[in-house]
Amino acid sequence: MTARIVVVGAGMVAHRFADSLVSRAEQDISLTILGEESRRPYDRVGLTRFFDGAGAEDLELDPAVLEDPRIRLVTGDPVAQIDRAARTVRTASGAELGYDHLVLATGSSAARPPVRGAEHPGCFVYRTLDDVEQLKAHVERRASQLGRPVRGVVIGGGLLGLEAAGALQGLDAEPTVIQSSDRLMSAQLDLPAGAVLRRLIEQRGIAVRTRTRTTSVLAGEDGEVHGVVFDDDTVLETDLVVFTVGVRPRDELARAAGLVCAPRGGVEIDPSCRTSDPDISAIGEVASFEGMCVGLVAPGYAMAEVAADRILGGGATFAGYDLSTKLKLSGVDVASFGDAFATTPGALDVVYTDPVSGVHKKLVLSDDAKTLLGGMLVGDASAYGALRPLVGGALGGDPAAYLMPAGGVEAPTAELPDEAVVCSCASVTAGTIRGAVHEEGCTDVAGIKACTKAGATCGSCVFAIKGLVGAELAKMGRSVSTALCEHFEMSRAQLFDAVRVSGLTTFSSVIERFGRGRGCDVCKPVLASILAVLVRGHVLDGENATLQDTNDHVMANMQKDGTYSVVPRMAGGEVTPEGLIVIGEIARDYGLYTKLTGGQRIDMFGARLEQLPEIWRRLVDAGFESGQAYGKSLRTVKSCVGSTWCRYGVLDSVGMAVNLELRYRGLRAPHKLKLGVSGCARECAEARGKDAGIIATAQGWNLYVGGNGGATPRHAELLVEGVDDETLIRTIDRFFMYYIRTADKLQRTAPWLEALEGGIDGLREVILEDSLGICADLDALMAQHVDSYQDEWAATLADPAKLARFQSFVNAPSTPDPDLAYVPERGQVRPASIDERRSGDVLIAGTTLEVRR
Amino acid sequence: MTAQTLDPATAPEASWLRVCRVADLEVERGRAALLGSTQVALFLLPDGSVHAVDNHDPYSGANVISRGIVGTRGEAPTVASPMYKQVFDLRTGACLDTQGKDPAALRVWPVLLQDGDVHLLCGDAR
Ligand SMILES: Cc1cc2nc3c(=O)[nH]c(=O)nc-3n(C[C@H](O)[C@H](O)[C@H](O)COP(=O)(O)OP(=O)(O)OC[C@H]3O[C@@H](n4cnc5c(N)ncnc54)[C@H](O)[C@@H]3O)c2cc1C
Repeated sequence: MTARIVVVGAGMVAHRFADSLVSRAEQDISLTILGEESRRPYDRVGLTRFFDGAGAEDLELDPAVLEDPRIRLVTGDPVAQIDRAARTVRTASGAELGYDHLVLATGSSAARPPVRGAEHPGCFVYRTLDDVEQLKAHVERRASQLGRPVRGVVIGGGLLGLEAAGALQGLDAEPTVIQSSDRLMSAQLDLPAGAVLRRLIEQRGIAVRTRTRTTSVLAGEDGEVHGVVFDDDTVLETDLVVFTVGVRPRDELARAAGLVCAPRGGVEIDPSCRTSDPDISAIGEVASFEGMCVGLVAPGYAMAEVAADRILGGGATFAGYDLSTKLKLSGVDVASFGDAFATTPGALDVVYTDPVSGVHKKLVLSDDAKTLLGGMLVGDASAYGALRPLVGGALGGDPAAYLMPAGGVEAPTAELPDEAVVCSCASVTAGTIRGAVHEEGCTDVAGIKACTKAGATCGSCVFAIKGLVGAELAKMGRSVSTALCEHFEMSRAQLFDAVRVSGLTTFSSVIERFGRGRGCDVCKPVLASILAVLVRGHVLDGENATLQDTNDHVMANMQKDGTYSVVPRMAGGEVTPEGLIVIGEIARDYGLYTKLTGGQRIDMFGARLEQLPEIWRRLVDAGFESGQAYGKSLRTVKSCVGSTWCRYGVLDSVGMAVNLELRYRGLRAPHKLKLGVSGCARECAEARGKDAGIIATAQGWNLYVGGNGGATPRHAELLVEGVDDETLIRTIDRFFMYYIRTADKLQRTAPWLEALEGGIDGLREVILEDSLGICADLDALMAQHVDSYQDEWAATLADPAKLARFQSFVNAPSTPDPDLAYVPERGQVRPASIDERRSGDVLIAGTTLEVRR
Repeated sequence: MTAQTLDPATAPEASWLRVCRVADLEVERGRAALLGSTQVALFLLPDGSVHAVDNHDPYSGANVISRGIVGTRGEAPTVASPMYKQVFDLRTGACLDTQGKDPAALRVWPVLLQDGDVHLLCGDAR
């Protein structure tokens, strides 16, 4: 006989329940879902995306689930009554339906506080798609009536209130958040963390009032809301009010049917998710477990799984609530997880606070400081995805390492135990993800999402998932997909050969032949680089101009405020006094901040797009050429002064450095290339930290390759020893070209060499013993590069079509970006911080920067 | 959004502003335009359509979107911010790849192409 299962409520948890039930049921079942809202189940967690342009269709939860023939979905007809004796439900429209098992998934409704006037039409709650549609319409209508930005008051400063305030800002409204307690997000944050959050919220342009209760909403004769009154009798003018003061479980049906409900609301359930009537379960926000209802989706999903399992005869139990949350407000990073308030007896706190940059992090540890119990992260929650799965487990390492500024902490996915929950929204463990890689053949995050639902809800764990998948594939001896992007199945090395062999010369022809679509920010710069080596056109010639990454786009290095820095070449670090004077004059005339680079040359910062050609005109006239500091290409050849001046110098290191820099200048590569030449074994040029390092000895030059400074330092390895100039140069030629031909995108020589078959010995076989028979090709390609070099900036200045691209605005070609602002620092300028702009302490506006000529 | 169906004459409350000529734009290489104090990034696509979105990048706070790489993600025409590489749908302004950050969108302006001129629908009439 078919088991008739009826679900009341068609929200997120009901959808998950349906998915779980039908995907696992082997017996005959029929499932009817009765929803009150007139829509198919949608992503309430992502509701705010509505203000970013997501329509109702975009928010709909996976429709494929409900297409199962065993499922019937009825929308727009709420259940009005349950008859437990007859085991039937009756809907508002009068339909009657029998059940063998009933599941209550009625969620909650948004609470409206007892405030006078809260029923005026300009008052809103923030729970359903209808709510946000009405809110948006109101803001737009009032804005056009009033002819000014609309002001909005959000009452309730929790997660939802802050999200709503952000949404109002997105509608160009000016929000104020009113919180009755002493801090924002008081359910997740303690006082110090709340104080840091408040500053971040205010910096984002959202006004905040704490310890403030609202007593009434004022409306004018036209019925429009125009203010709110607080308990100290002050009035705040506003054009609308959004209440985000909490939710009430929708337990009215259950109460009327005599099911046991908790004193504070919600239908009581046991660990099997059964109510006091064993034929009725309750799941999601309407369910009260151990006296508590929780307004988060992850525990609801866990209950859905339990209820489905029980109906199918399993023995699953609900383990209790995980209250971890992350705020979804752009630019304000906040997360709270586990025992954030340190309520466990003997718990220890480790706190890191940096009030200047607005970061506050706290970890809660067990009394022996070994087990992670929970934490709060404000201002930088990048460690959330890595830390939350570790709750209840050993922290493995110095806790402080997790609190230090971002960048330092690698997600510790490799050591995650199988039972650690990686995605709390869908409650997926590390073991499940590993299983999906092994048994279901998942090879990327998208696959894991489709297969396990991990990472599909809030997305805060995708980096952790990525790490896990990569580690599992590596363990299986499989490499992660080498496809460049959705437009090319090939790796960069394969594509390089495809372009070389086919002789194609343009991006359009390459993507038409070897790829699909129109390309993207991943494949376009890769092809720009490949074409630059094989075809050698100018970076701004024709279609090439549309392929270039950030810096190559205008042949300068973009800085944080969108202006550029300019670096002329100073081969080998040599510069004449006249050259220095010209650079000094240009920097002074354009008010550029000037600094020496690590590569022995001079960087001038703060040049605007439309100033680049004028600046370069003066540089080129003075004999300078592009330094390609912007390119994934040869940067500099650093040198010590060598035998020409130095008492210890063995060979002429500067002469060799200049020689090499002029040979490889402009050579595009998968990543930047740096060289160093030292005149003796003292190694003052730090050449072994470079992609190619050359050190003079009494026997000749030693060449070291694959070195790296930066974040992952590596000493270069000895390739050849005691060679003459000619051999040295030929060896570097081949090393570079072999690297350019075979490396992956954005792979420096150090990891390339590490991954290369046979390592340094393998490299030696290919480029010295010609084991692949490609040396003649490599030599020829480098010879073509050397012969066809042209200064990109001089060529640009000679071409009006290229110059037109440097206009600041198409309708105002020489008007500077009006938003640029600077403050003085140590006798020069730097971009103003957000605070400085807001406080008006900006002393130098970009537009009024005086230019002397 | 080549809103050829939107006719300035039938939308009197909407202020269509002429910004430049289509010929001033290059296929798949953006240009910034200045509307009062607002900066718009204009993109001409291979199909001849023109899209207008914020030049202001919500992730970096800099006015740089017009200098991003134009491409596609699935069916969506996109631009990638040159600063931190978030990818936006040119049709809706929605962020398709937040690079692990929270979602933030670009504003989108309706575009009208008429007699080789690019017009944007400006003001609150949107
Ligand atoms: C803006 C917003 C942002 C959020 N962000 C997050 C977040 O980041 N993380 C997180 O974990 N949670 C978040 N939440 C909470 C999350 O959305 C809820 O926890 C989740 O939706 C609960 O699912 P549910 O199915 O229990 O209830 P709901 O999704 O509310 O679904 C219940 C459904 O039942 C219907 N119903 C009620 N009574 C009846 C009846 N008698 N007959 C028929 N149907 C009925 C209701 O109309 C409703 O459609 C957010 C919520 C909002 C509003």
